[in-house]
Amino acid sequence: MPSYLPIVILGAIALGFGVFVLAASHIIGRPRPDARKLSTYECGMPPVGTARERFPIKFYLVCMLFILFDVETAFFYPWALVMDTLGIYGLMAMGTFFLVLAVGFVYEWKVGAMDW
Amino acid sequence: MTPLAEELLVTFVKIVIVVGALLGGFSVMTWVERRSLAFMQYRLGPNRTGPFGILQPIADGIKLFFKEEVMPVAANKWTFLAAPVVAVATALLATAVIPYGPPFEAFGRTLQIQIADIEVGLLFIFAVTALGVYGVVLAGWAANNKYSLLGGLRSSAQMFSYELALGFSWVTLILAARSFRINDIVDTQAGGFWHWNVVVHFPAFIVYFLAATAEVARIPFDLPEGESEIVAGFHTEYASMRFALIQMAEYINMITVTVLLANLFFGGWHSGVPGMPESLGGFPLGFVWWGLKVAFFLFVFIWLRGTLPRFRYDQLMQFGWKVLIPVAAVWVMTFAVLWVVVGGGPR
Amino acid sequence: MASVTNTNTAPPVSPEVLAKPAARALREALGDRVLSIEDFRGDLTITVERRAWVEAARQLRDHADCDFKLFLDLCGVDYLDREDRPERFEVVLHLYSVSRKHHVRLKTPVPESDPRVDTITGVFRGANWFEREAWDLYGIVFKGHPNLIRLLTHESFVGHALRKDYPTAKRHVLKSSKEVLVDIPPGSENLLVNIGPSHPSMHGTFRVQALMDGETVRDAEAEIGYMHRNFEKMAEERTYWQIIPYTDRLNYCSSFMNGHGWALAVEKLLGVPAPPRAEAVRVILSEFSRIMDHIICVSTNVVDLGAITPYFVMFRAREDIYTLLEACSGARLTVSYVRIGGLAQDVPDNFEALCRAALASVQEVVEAGDKLLTRNIIFMKRFKDIGVMDRDEALSWGWAGPCLRGSGVDYDVRKDHPYSGYEQYDFDVPVGTVGDCFDRYLVRMEEMRQSVRIVEQALAQLPGGPVITDDKRVAIPPKSEVYSNIEALMNHFKLIYEGILPPPGETYGYTEGANGELGFYIVSDGQKHPWRVKVRPPCYNIYQAFPHMIRGGMLADAIAIIGGLNVIAGELDR
Repeated sequence: MPSYLPIVILGAIALGFGVFVLAASHIIGRPRPDARKLSTYECGMPPVGTARERFPIKFYLVCMLFILFDVETAFFYPWALVMDTLGIYGLMAMGTFFLVLAVGFVYEWKVGAMDW
Repeated sequence: MTPLAEELLVTFVKIVIVVGALLGGFSVMTWVERRSLAFMQYRLGPNRTGPFGILQPIADGIKLFFKEEVMPVAANKWTFLAAPVVAVATALLATAVIPYGPPFEAFGRTLQIQIADIEVGLLFIFAVTALGVYGVVLAGWAANNKYSLLGGLRSSAQMFSYELALGFSWVTLILAARSFRINDIVDTQAGGFWHWNVVVHFPAFIVYFLAATAEVARIPFDLPEGESEIVAGFHTEYASMRFALIQMAEYINMITVTVLLANLFFGGWHSGVPGMPESLGGFPLGFVWWGLKVAFFLFVFIWLRGTLPRFRYDQLMQFGWKVLIPVAAVWVMTFAVLWVVVGGGPR
Repeated sequence: MASVTNTNTAPPVSPEVLAKPAARALREALGDRVLSIEDFRGDLTITVERRAWVEAARQLRDHADCDFKLFLDLCGVDYLDREDRPERFEVVLHLYSVSRKHHVRLKTPVPESDPRVDTITGVFRGANWFEREAWDLYGIVFKGHPNLIRLLTHESFVGHALRKDYPTAKRHVLKSSKEVLVDIPPGSENLLVNIGPSHPSMHGTFRVQALMDGETVRDAEAEIGYMHRNFEKMAEERTYWQIIPYTDRLNYCSSFMNGHGWALAVEKLLGVPAPPRAEAVRVILSEFSRIMDHIICVSTNVVDLGAITPYFVMFRAREDIYTLLEACSGARLTVSYVRIGGLAQDVPDNFEALCRAALASVQEVVEAGDKLLTRNIIFMKRFKDIGVMDRDEALSWGWAGPCLRGSGVDYDVRKDHPYSGYEQYDFDVPVGTVGDCFDRYLVRMEEMRQSVRIVEQALAQLPGGPVITDDKRVAIPPKSEVYSNIEALMNHFKLIYEGILPPPGETYGYTEGANGELGFYIVSDGQKHPWRVKVRPPCYNIYQAFPHMIRGGMLADAIAIIGGLNVIAGELDR
């Protein structure tokens, strides 16, 4: 049996569970909507403007940093797995990679990308 | 019965057990959390429904089913509905590769409560927990509410930042175990408790524990739903079972990281005492050790909530980027050098 | 008893009064633009011409002998149809000097035909909301004011509610609320977020609107008035007694202290002191109220930071204090225990035991809270160097109480102008150094310990004797006498029917409320109702500075700051 099949089954069950619960709650619940109830909550005041303004750039910056470093973290995984076979050669190769990573990290730090 | 059908049946039973246990665990956790927080705070907590109030989660569940569903007209309907489903589905999916307790003999075969024992177990968890942020971001965006949006942005940034540290903290474990399989990592910790990874990889443990707390947004890292600042964060507009699903996802995530903590760093089902018998009257004692460890760390999360205030947003981000990630990365390299110098562990 | 007398001809001013620094300085600087100098019950009042208003205020602030740096209060008064007054309106300013320890009242008449006076917001930052309030309630226009719009009443309100000819039965329907408070720069992509009126960390119904750039507050503006009920207008139609229950609703977290302050202000006006036993009991209950107020402030503040346990741990002590208040007065929250000239009744027999129990519980929770918080690293990170208010700014805003002391100003009414026998007790006034949230927190924690000391001393030397004055013009006789002798019956009848009739004049009575100086400016025309009552609510000045404190900071800091300012809506909106 393929080892991923159970995961697929679990995924299907999990999705089904979520949908089922929502549907059941929709059927059982007793909606009595009115305009006030369906308006967006904003501390009791009528909402001004929309929430969907442009996001501040800061959040994108965090995402960019994440993508950069996450991909690089992912490189560590296979390396760690076969570290024994690679031995000193692997260590030096990774050390170089780590150094490059560290330089980038320090640069980001100094540039202030990690300050909020 | 063909072998495939038999396998399918076993898998199905396992899924039912795991999902049932997680949902049950979620219910019990809500009760335990409310009760223990109450006792820390000179209160009683829910104590009316059933003995010691233990049936309170069921009453809550029934109530939530009957609750009125409210969706703001300004919301994006399908995204709004999809968010809780995505959240709970990813939370459940991440639990697929985790072993719950030791392998044991039953029905003439070796069984283990683990849905899928795949080769890349840790990688899988890494991938799926990263997906988990979708539920939160979708919920935050769909509601078209400013507090939700801020909450969604906060949690995505927070989860991204701490995901890195979390990922780094596993590298040395993989290195030492030469495997991604959680079972293998648990087995490297057999014997005395000084073999546990919490001793061997102490910096990694610290990083993992803090990053995991942040990943599941518990105090002191509960900023995505910091109710005093952004009301309820990304789930401000959620009511009824939609809200319950989001809560469920959070608690399942919490259970996941706790089980991982016990498995990866605290010897899993190994007692830590050399010479301790494997089973007692046919019952594998590993379940007891494992259960105690998991229960203890679940309680630690509640304990933290009863003790600490929360960080401010910039402090949280700086802590993640400027403390945890460098510490984790430097530890990885240090450990690798030691590993090569000392010549590796027992093979 | 004295009825209204025409005081057109000002009483001759004694040379000592003219020699007071403020009087001398203003006479030198302004010459004949000083219209009059009076002294009543030790309150120095200087009336200047309208065109010299700003200059006079600046002189008082900057003159070396005056040094009136602390802005206390500014209000309008309407003297409709009063022939003893040159003009219909008056603008009244109260100032205090922390270094010289003296007060002054500066007034200027404002005609009805041209109700305009220059703003003093350039001299005292704190004047901003007070001038808005005077405009809102009296229609006095302050020329040059940066934002002269209604403050306590809403935008659809017509007329000015505190004017004597305002029809009180009139109702005004709020048609639409003011949606945007801050100035949004054109092309701004920032998020406009309301914090309040219905927000988990707004301790009361008031609203802050913040222009958010991500997590950073770019601009903020506050709106109050949701709980405005015009206490001051009600006070003008009640006798001096009847006002006592209304004062309970000002700072409802420490309601006893408001009554205490009111009673002292009226006693100052009457010149009738309360007997020593009443004063000692007042001190004890006031200190307990202060402790309650500080407990609420500190513990709810940390709830805003996400720590819920200190809240439940510390709140327990309030229960014992409420039990004590209930045993004394019969009520827990709004006690109305004070009477003019004393107390409503003597304390119960187990008073001391109840006090001891409450003290023990207070000491326990203060130490527990201290252990949970003071050296908690996250707590310190959240509080240190957040919401810094420097000394001069704080004075200019008119801060007082723990917040002012947190900014390093050593001013405590109990120490500097002792009332109710505070001079007999040995206690310290904690003062901060930086003026951040952490200093304000530490000051409050230490004040609770000092309050415990005061209560212990007051309990140890609690005098015997009556708890209300025997002055028949002020205190109603005991029931036993009312029922048994005709003089007492007549006395009772006259007091209830005619009320207390103070001499005409104006006084400013002030006490150290939990949030700072709680002042009552009373104008009496000799009738049974006060002509004008103005409360100086301590958190009004403090909250006014709040939007300025959070600009440029993080949203989470704003939440951390507001809890530590302890804004109580009942007192803020009156």
